[in-house]
Amino acid sequence: MAKIKGYQRPQTLHDKPWHFCPGCHHGIVHRLCAEVVEEMGLQSQTIGVGSVGCGVFSYNYFNFDGIGPSHGRAPAVATGVKRVLPDKLVFTYQGDGDLAAIGTTEMVHSAVRGENITIIFVNNTLYGMTGGQMAPTTLMGQQTTTTPRGRTREQAGYPMKVCEMLATMDGSAYIARTAVFNPAQVLKTKKAIRKAFETQMAGLGFSLVEVLSACPTNWGMNPLEALDHVKDNMLPVYPLGEFKLKKE
Amino acid sequence: MTRVIFNEERCKGCGLCIQFCPKSIMYLSEQRNRLGYNYAIIDDMAGCTGCAICALMCPEVIIEVVEEAAV
Repeated sequence: MAKIKGYQRPQTLHDKPWHFCPGCHHGIVHRLCAEVVEEMGLQSQTIGVGSVGCGVFSYNYFNFDGIGPSHGRAPAVATGVKRVLPDKLVFTYQGDGDLAAIGTTEMVHSAVRGENITIIFVNNTLYGMTGGQMAPTTLMGQQTTTTPRGRTREQAGYPMKVCEMLATMDGSAYIARTAVFNPAQVLKTKKAIRKAFETQMAGLGFSLVEVLSACPTNWGMNPLEALDHVKDNMLPVYPLGEFKLKKE
Repeated sequence: MTRVIFNEERCKGCGLCIQFCPKSIMYLSEQRNRLGYNYAIIDDMAGCTGCAICALMCPEVIIEVVEEAAV
């Protein structure tokens, strides 16, 4: 059997089953990161930094070096790794509970310092692993286990927009928000991840790709309804696009 | 001829491949795999164009699309 075209699992992913729920977009984003690393020929040059949350086992799935930091501290760990090994590709893989809540300080200050690292930020608007609690990115009115009547302004304020915030900082070089709710968006996400990694390898500074992603289990939807929820309810709050693109 | 290879035992039946198949030749089996999910299968492999959109959307990375020489 000759394998000529089509699709094959990348060498940068171990051939083992995910722990993710059915229809979880983490699997797609994991795969895209692994594909980009393989296409750039950087498998032996890459160090992935995990997070705490559903992305916690990323080092078990990626077939390159990985580190498991404490909750929210991935950008700090990545900063250290990158400063010691400046010619490696260093990226963190974080969810919104990790990056936008407990890890806000690390995220903001690594962007302020213009650290030459990449953050892959998977935003599913709640804490997935712990059972669907409200996160700073939860949409207004969205029901979670800690906001059973929906998120209100009086109780919890407004959703946090990470890309818009980081794009205002001088140290950031590439900031983009993408989604994976249809094949075209998946390809755009892959391109954005590639641009972010290339930005880092060119030494231009801090890069972040936010991927709007579905959590069907905690949203109480089936995987197809969750795709529509991303498109209909998340896009108006979190518009897609490139927020910053530093050329040199 | 194009052939789509599923690792059926790892399919979780989310249906994203079925939703986006441009030829609508995929569906969920009535059989369940060892995980307890109705897995995705292809009805009519001759209708497959090898676009690999199913593999692009599959969150489980269990679909491979290969080109086979005609026998």
